[in-house]
Amino acid sequence: MRVLPPLLRRKPAVAVLMCVPLFALILGLVAYPFFHALFLATLNKAETAFVGLDNFTFLFGRQTFWMVVRQSLLFALVAVVFKALIGLAAAHAINTIPTKGQRKWRGMMLIPWVIPPALSTLGWWWLFEPTYSAINWGLTKFALPAVPWLSDTFWARFSIILVNVWVGAPFFLIMYLAALKSIPGELYEAADMDGAGPWQKFFYITLPMIRNIIAITTLFSIIVTLANFDIVRVLTQGGPLNSTHLFATYAFRVGIESGDIPLGAAVSLFMFPMLAILAFIILRNVRRRAASLA
Amino acid sequence: MADVTLQNLIKTFDTVEAVRGIDLRIPNNEFVVLVGPSGCGKSTVLRMVAGLEEVTSGDIRIGDTRVNDVPPKDRNIAMVFQNYALYPHMTVAQNMSFGLRLRKVAKSEIRDKVQRAADILGIAELLDRRPRELSGGQRQRVAMGRAIVRDPEVFLFDEPLSNLDAKLRGQMRIEIQRLHQQLRTTTIYVTHDQVEAMTLADRVVVMNAGRIEQAGIPDEVYHRPRTRFVAGFMGSPAMNFLDCQLTEENGRTVARLAAGPALPLPAEQAARVRSYTGRKLVAGLRPENIREAASHDGTNSSGVPHDISIDIVEPLGRETIVYFRLGDATLCARVGTEVHPRAGEQTSLVFHPDRLHLIDPETDLVL
Ligand SMILES: Nc1ncnc2c1ncn2[C@@H]1O[C@H](COP(=O)(O)OP(=O)(O)OP(=O)(O)O)[C@@H](O)[C@H]1O
Ligand SMILES: [Mg+2]
Repeated sequence: MRVLPPLLRRKPAVAVLMCVPLFALILGLVAYPFFHALFLATLNKAETAFVGLDNFTFLFGRQTFWMVVRQSLLFALVAVVFKALIGLAAAHAINTIPTKGQRKWRGMMLIPWVIPPALSTLGWWWLFEPTYSAINWGLTKFALPAVPWLSDTFWARFSIILVNVWVGAPFFLIMYLAALKSIPGELYEAADMDGAGPWQKFFYITLPMIRNIIAITTLFSIIVTLANFDIVRVLTQGGPLNSTHLFATYAFRVGIESGDIPLGAAVSLFMFPMLAILAFIILRNVRRRAASLA
Repeated sequence: MADVTLQNLIKTFDTVEAVRGIDLRIPNNEFVVLVGPSGCGKSTVLRMVAGLEEVTSGDIRIGDTRVNDVPPKDRNIAMVFQNYALYPHMTVAQNMSFGLRLRKVAKSEIRDKVQRAADILGIAELLDRRPRELSGGQRQRVAMGRAIVRDPEVFLFDEPLSNLDAKLRGQMRIEIQRLHQQLRTTTIYVTHDQVEAMTLADRVVVMNAGRIEQAGIPDEVYHRPRTRFVAGFMGSPAMNFLDCQLTEENGRTVARLAAGPALPLPAEQAARVRSYTGRKLVAGLRPENIREAASHDGTNSSGVPHDISIDIVEPLGRETIVYFRLGDATLCARVGTEVHPRAGEQTSLVFHPDRLHLIDPETDLVL
């Protein structure tokens, strides 16, 4: 350290300088769009006059909007819970097979996550097609009634959640698998000696050891899931009767398709405070636990 | 408390034969140390006794029960791991009591047992801390505490002190010894440190390449090694080996060392090895049996002096290690601090034949 040239020794200035590209990137790609959306949300439909919070009060008075709020929360909650459970179960299953065989399973399980969702959702859309698709064809083969996958409210919601879980579970899988591998094997041997069975080992060793990964992965997934757009857009376009709209698709419908961009901005901004509070709570817990473990 | 019996114990990993037939009976209360070079199968034996590794063939008995197919938790044993394996998210007290809590022992009883174990190990003030807030030695104690509270029939230790610095290792060695005197629990202790083996063991079991080379009390293993391997493994610096020829001179049996002195054998040993007269053998002589010429304690009376030229000198304070060449072999001697040998110096060292080990090079057995 002592031999550094004077320029590098003035740490603060150089450090700030080196962070400038990053700041510029964040400014351009995060801060600017965010504040621009804030600004847009305060304009009238023609974007000619400042209307304050009128767009929001208008939204709050509309039943469809509250329906979208409920749907988005339900969608995110159910989808994240299933993604987390399936991801954890699959990670466990893969972690128990010998290391040599793990790679190909891991690779296969990741496929849904690496295909562009718009494409794979199109594949699902074919599968859900009412008359000629594989699923309904199979059902009728076994003398079961065909299911109106995308035209009935319940089944349409079921379908978008199913596809979202299919796409998103592998993300949990890799996060959990990495977390599981970071737990020293000796802990399980010690637990064996202490007399713990498989479930006790899971609840007393595995879960506490990977709680932070679970929390962070879940938070990340909630954000991404709440903001989901492509699955609904491709499968149902929000239908039937708006019953599968999420914040993003509804904002698109209102802002782009119906031409009221300020109102669309208001819809998409509605998510922000909820996510901010959630993130704050989860990250605070993560930090606390990390400090106690280390 | 129970005795442990291993019968023709074999373990193969895919193609590696880690353990190749171990027979060992460990009576109740005994402290047995498995010692041997890295990779000789010590840990594997221990882990099979613990139930962490499946037995390929052979039997393990604890008490009168064959435990080959008994899961670890039902064997009533406790193990202390080399890296402690403490649960990082639990406090010291929780770490120690985990096994008891799983067994649904009453809360008050758990508290008593943890407190008692903590008192024995001197970690009572640490009970509310987490492992990361402890030093290496403290973690080691907690790991031992976790084993003690379970009150098992057998303790298993796998190199428990190898992560500690030399001074702490010495302290913990004494603590383990004290603990065994107090609890008298049957113990199997694995180490590759022969000082630990010599000091802790009721019985030392020297292993090599998956087999037992010799089992016996420390003194016996040190002074009456059965094989060349044991002779060379126990003791530091290691025993000197050099070629020799057994001859008959003036009615005495003499071991004539290659490029060295001829050592007359004690009568009892001479009688044992007489049939090898004229044969080429390997002589093993410990460094402490090659000493300086002018020794004050009079023990040199029976020695044979020989002139050598000193190669390297290692002063250790309490003694000095001297390396010198004899023919092609480099030998090692321990001399007292009264003499001050210097590298390159010509001097005379005294070879003591009364502790000479003669080895048949064909069988590597000590005669
Ligand atoms: N799980 C395993 N799979 C394959 N081979 C193994 C396994 N465990 C041990 N071995 C092999 O078995 C042999 C004995 O290993 P072991 O761990 O018992 O040696 P050790 O005497 O404890 O050595 P160290 O002093 O280094 O701990 C070694 O050759 C090792 O490579
Ligand atoms: Mg080992």
